[in-house]
Amino acid sequence: MVDVDLSLVNWSRAQFALTAMYHWIFVPLTLGLSVLCAMFESIYVRTGDEKWKSLTKFWMTLFGINFAIGVATGIILEFQFGTNWSNYSWMVGDIFGAPLAVEGIFAFFLEATFFAVMFFGWNRVSKGFHLFSTWMVAVGSNLSALWILVANAWMQNPVGMAFNPETARFEMENFWAVLFSPVAMSKFTHATSSGFLLGSLFVVTISSWYLIKGRHVEMAKKSIIVASVFGLLASAYVGFTGDEAAFEDAQKQPMKLAAFEGLYKGEEGAGLVAAGIINSSKKPGDSQKPFLFEVKIPGLLSLLANRTLGSFVPGIDDLVYGNSEQKVMGVAEKMKLGQLAVADLAAFKQARQEKNEGAASEALTRFTANKEFLGYGYLDTPEEAVPPVSTLFYSFHIMVILGSLFPVLFLAFLFYTVKGKITETRWLLPLGVLSYFLGLVAQQTGWIVAEVGRQPWAIQGLLPVKMATTNLAVGHVQATFFMFLGLFTLLLIAEIKIMLKQISIGPEGL
Amino acid sequence: MSQPLTRVYTFYRNGFRAMTVGKTLWKIILIKLIIMFAVLKLFFFPNYLKTNFQTDEQRADHVLEQLSRPVVQNN
Repeated sequence: MVDVDLSLVNWSRAQFALTAMYHWIFVPLTLGLSVLCAMFESIYVRTGDEKWKSLTKFWMTLFGINFAIGVATGIILEFQFGTNWSNYSWMVGDIFGAPLAVEGIFAFFLEATFFAVMFFGWNRVSKGFHLFSTWMVAVGSNLSALWILVANAWMQNPVGMAFNPETARFEMENFWAVLFSPVAMSKFTHATSSGFLLGSLFVVTISSWYLIKGRHVEMAKKSIIVASVFGLLASAYVGFTGDEAAFEDAQKQPMKLAAFEGLYKGEEGAGLVAAGIINSSKKPGDSQKPFLFEVKIPGLLSLLANRTLGSFVPGIDDLVYGNSEQKVMGVAEKMKLGQLAVADLAAFKQARQEKNEGAASEALTRFTANKEFLGYGYLDTPEEAVPPVSTLFYSFHIMVILGSLFPVLFLAFLFYTVKGKITETRWLLPLGVLSYFLGLVAQQTGWIVAEVGRQPWAIQGLLPVKMATTNLAVGHVQATFFMFLGLFTLLLIAEIKIMLKQISIGPEGL
Repeated sequence: MSQPLTRVYTFYRNGFRAMTVGKTLWKIILIKLIIMFAVLKLFFFPNYLKTNFQTDEQRADHVLEQLSRPVVQNN
């Protein structure tokens, strides 16, 4: 028997979530601000106006601070794979180890070369080469997010690989299917474009603060115009890629979609909840109402999920208990097939140990027939396949509401700045100061939807998190959790202090 | 040193010397990396399978054993 300590699983998950969430404070700003720096510098090179150079150097310094504080925080996630998630790490290590290492080396050389030119090269290399280097930093920073997002997408939608029961590892069958899976593409484009959006909000926040204080007014106005235009374009792209991500969820992870919409009973022409209060005592299969209060937009969820207004969207109850009319296989049925797969895996292992090739071959044939349900064999109840509905519902709706607010904000900033009335629009500037922090909330809630939404799975349908963990002492994980909390909080304080000092000095100090 | 290498060396040397806020940032990066690799990785985050098993075959057997047995949950 495998003894699974759920408090160990939960602490390991909490530690991973803490690390990933801290890491994601720094990363999206790096992605977005690098592109904005390149845009500012492009305007400088085109116009030859020294004010744009000073402005570029200012934002580049803030980019450098964020990059330096955030760099390598993601490596801690790799430490955790080897220690806390050794089963998972072993199973996927063949696939993701090499590309992630190559990505690290590529990023290192790119950064060592072009970062150096970007920061040390003013007046030492030609304007054109300096600009090229800045763009290369922007492109390289965004590309370096590719493989980790592809790896994450594979966990949500495992394609292009096959499980080898001899080695207990997933082996690559089709590299291109992994790289270009629609889930991977939507994850990469959604994550990077949301970084562009956050970078724009950051520029708006600092510039608004300058305008409120009446300092560096011209620089702030110039920055706002570029950031608002870029932010508007990024907002549209985030919306487009977000719609694509929701469509992929509906096709590949329908439980996630049902949970973040609080949809228990599947419907044809299902409505999208615009606002609502979840009934937190509601459980799958019971007769309670899912919402205490809700406002729905008719038909929109069906359109989002299947691109057709009247189509059927399965709810949590359909997915847990099955719906034969709509040909939805329930978790209970999948669990039976999964338990057969686990038993056949055990039979295969035993036959190989006894060197009984005939029995091993038969067990392998049986295992292959049910291997896509392997993960369900480890679940105790069908209801275990349901992720936390309230957390998901609120996270998703906060993300969407904020995502809808940002383009309006960018439009307002652009309008009033172009009209020359931004310094008089006192109601807008405090909102601008707040906007970056709202952007961070949208970023974090977005990842909560993606990651909490795939629970209980480490690899969708194949490996639940409780089977991915290492059997460690829970005290060890708790101790390192608080160590990380301390370390990351210190880093965050350092970032805020250095950033605030630099903002207070402004572009003249450079 | 050949001339191009000298130029690259001088470029980096002068760049590092002229840093202002960058010096503080480098200190933070170095302290962070030392904490991460010399403390956390070394004492708190050993690779479980590499530490406890000698060969890949043993590691595969261990993971397979975990995957092929029924689960008992402790809450």
